[in-house]
Amino acid sequence: MWFEQVMFFVGAIGALAGAAGVVLLRNPFYSVLALVGHLFSLALLFLLLRAQFLAAAQLIVYAGAVMVLYVFVVAYVGGTDQPLGPEVAGLRKLGALFAVAVGAELCVAIIGSGLSKLDTHGAKVDAGFGTPAQIGQLLLNRFLIPFEIASYLLLIAAVGALVLARRRRGHPDAGAIEQIGHAPPLEGVR
Amino acid sequence: MNVNWYLVLSAFIFAIGAAGVMTRRNPLVILLCLELMLNAGNLALIAFSRMWGNGDGQVFALVVMVVAACEVVVGLGVIVAMYRRRLNIDVDELSELRG
Repeated sequence: MWFEQVMFFVGAIGALAGAAGVVLLRNPFYSVLALVGHLFSLALLFLLLRAQFLAAAQLIVYAGAVMVLYVFVVAYVGGTDQPLGPEVAGLRKLGALFAVAVGAELCVAIIGSGLSKLDTHGAKVDAGFGTPAQIGQLLLNRFLIPFEIASYLLLIAAVGALVLARRRRGHPDAGAIEQIGHAPPLEGVR
Repeated sequence: MNVNWYLVLSAFIFAIGAAGVMTRRNPLVILLCLELMLNAGNLALIAFSRMWGNGDGQVFALVVMVVAACEVVVGLGVIVAMYRRRLNIDVDELSELRG
């Protein structure tokens, strides 16, 4: 039992540190790397919760594919090179205050609700819980329609991204577009 | 480990993500912070799934991952389009989406 607790705290500290790194680091490239560390820690926590398939999917889909997409776009767009406009006074502090309020409220809601009375370590589960076989059975039997809708959603998002990011011929900015398209894009990342 | 620990951790991650969305101005970092919030939701869903010994929550978390991937693809498409139009990459200065 102590091994599970040690692994939980390793994962929790890693996840919180990664999340804080995403928010606090100045360079977006380092933020992406912090998010990769956060995702690895979360995969460890998923394993502790007996969600083997989701832990693997988290590592392959998120840390593998989505984060590579992020790194490409950060390298293309560049870091925080251009200076940002003037800031509205006090807005940042107000935002941080709201975030602290949200966190406190959620903790009060979780600890103060009946959940703490349950004090459960989870139901007894058999060895097949959370394996690809079980998730696949659920997806193709009970959740077939959400599964199909999710696949359509992915298709629509892929087509939408192509439409959004395509080069527009005949647009007033076409010259600028060509110029940017051929410039070496990597110099923005420090 | 008690399930409550996982829920409190997910609340903390959600709050950190919300803080990032409200304080940062680079849309790339805002998308990353949205990912943090969605992941906090996933952690809570999987913790509840473990609590009841039922796989439904894990399927729900999988659907959340699909939605997160779609959101990333469309958001990054918008950012690339902004860069191509030579707009400033700053959410405070962008107030309309008209192409």
